[in-house]
Amino acid sequence: MINFQYARANDVADAVRQIAADPTAKFIAGGTNLIDLMKEDVERPTRLIDITRLPLKTVEETPDGGLSIGALVPNADLAYHPVVEKRYPLLGSAILAGASQQLRNMASTGGNLLQRTRCYYFYDTATPCNKREPGSGCSAINGINRMHAILGASDACIATHPSDMCVALAALEARIHAQGPGGERTIAFADFHRLPGDTPHIDTNLHADEIITAITLPPQGFSANYTYLKLRDRLSYAFALVSVAVGMELDGSTIKHARFALGGVAHKPWRDKAAEAVLNGQAASADNFARAADLLLQGAKGYEHNAFKIDLARRAIVRALTQAARGTPQAQSNKKVL
Amino acid sequence: MARTSTATQPPIPAPDKIPVALIVNGVKTQLKVAPWTTLLDALRDHLDLTGTKKGCDHGQCGACTVLVDGRRINSCLTLAVMKDGAKVTTIEGLATNGALHALQQAFIDHDAFQCGYCTPGQICSAAGLIAEGKAKSADEIRELMSGNICRCGAYPNIVAAIQQAMGQS
Repeated sequence: MINFQYARANDVADAVRQIAADPTAKFIAGGTNLIDLMKEDVERPTRLIDITRLPLKTVEETPDGGLSIGALVPNADLAYHPVVEKRYPLLGSAILAGASQQLRNMASTGGNLLQRTRCYYFYDTATPCNKREPGSGCSAINGINRMHAILGASDACIATHPSDMCVALAALEARIHAQGPGGERTIAFADFHRLPGDTPHIDTNLHADEIITAITLPPQGFSANYTYLKLRDRLSYAFALVSVAVGMELDGSTIKHARFALGGVAHKPWRDKAAEAVLNGQAASADNFARAADLLLQGAKGYEHNAFKIDLARRAIVRALTQAARGTPQAQSNKKVL
Repeated sequence: MARTSTATQPPIPAPDKIPVALIVNGVKTQLKVAPWTTLLDALRDHLDLTGTKKGCDHGQCGACTVLVDGRRINSCLTLAVMKDGAKVTTIEGLATNGALHALQQAFIDHDAFQCGYCTPGQICSAAGLIAEGKAKSADEIRELMSGNICRCGAYPNIVAAIQQAMGQS
């Protein structure tokens, strides 16, 4: 870890002023990812601005019937919040599928969005990595790439986004509220994370001088028909090889509307409205689910160690859509996949 | 091989040590630490509370688990300066008036450790788990204790010990 200065932000405007004044500063909240990366010399901020005292810790229902989640709400508190448990169980389930309870107690909602990839080469400063050092090359494309992307990757980077929470937020069509020197703006979830392209060092469309203040959810929480199915190398406390978040509206056994997003397969949660649209008005059947899965996975490309993920993802999508349609969401303690 | 290019950054002046007030195991404590001092290093190296263990130092093993304001966290990924004013409970603070905490007794009763290195973290984590009140079944205990690794593989006895202590609390 390099030498750095420590400062506290008194309010949101002060936080924005401080970050705008110092291009090598970073905000710190839960610290679970940033401190780890600083110990590895991957992140080298010269100043940490502690935002943990800002008043961004409330979860409240909004006038339009949705939910507003402060950026500093700890992941564990959000997962167990009574309104989330009742109206947005997909979000709670996805959060509880990730990390450990200690980390969920520390990690913030805003920080979860800004997590960096767990690509081994991104962490290993002795190897080239375009995300860590633009232009140095990608070690994963011809290296060990079991955990890497099968969709939306580029010649510069095949890293995946590690978050479980974000896969649920993609399916729920959350919005991100940010404040910068020019004022406030909101960003649709689909526009928040980026594909790597030739700038894999830029993970999101949040500006360097902006702070996330809140995430809002629309009223539809799919609490009757949902699932978060996560497949990984260990039963707990491991990143996804493939995960699927599903929210579905049914009319009897006919699908009115379905949303599904994939985790562990791309630089951002992977969703395609065209794949969802083919289910509208269709029977909730394995054949129809397979058709939707094939559409979502169009253009998938495997590498030496991760080609298995294409078929794994296809099967996981069918299974997850089946779980959601049956109203039997994946349990996050007993991991049996039914 | 490539190294990060940030070696060209100008040197940063060494920051002053920052005063931090902590209430550790019920005792008010005043420290002065560098910004990068983790809560784990503050406990072990500044306060000589070496019960809390440094395993991986990256939040992957749980050996450093302590309770901060009653919640279990990884002290290795926590900067001490960020916890100014907090109440910290470590393994040294669980016994009361010389009587072992129910979890400490249960770990002995169930032989829930071999080498013992992960044990302070396991017990603090289990204390947090019981306070959270979310784990009812053995499956739920296993899932919510998955942040604590035991390389000796004492897991079945750890779960049994936690079940015993849950019955008492």
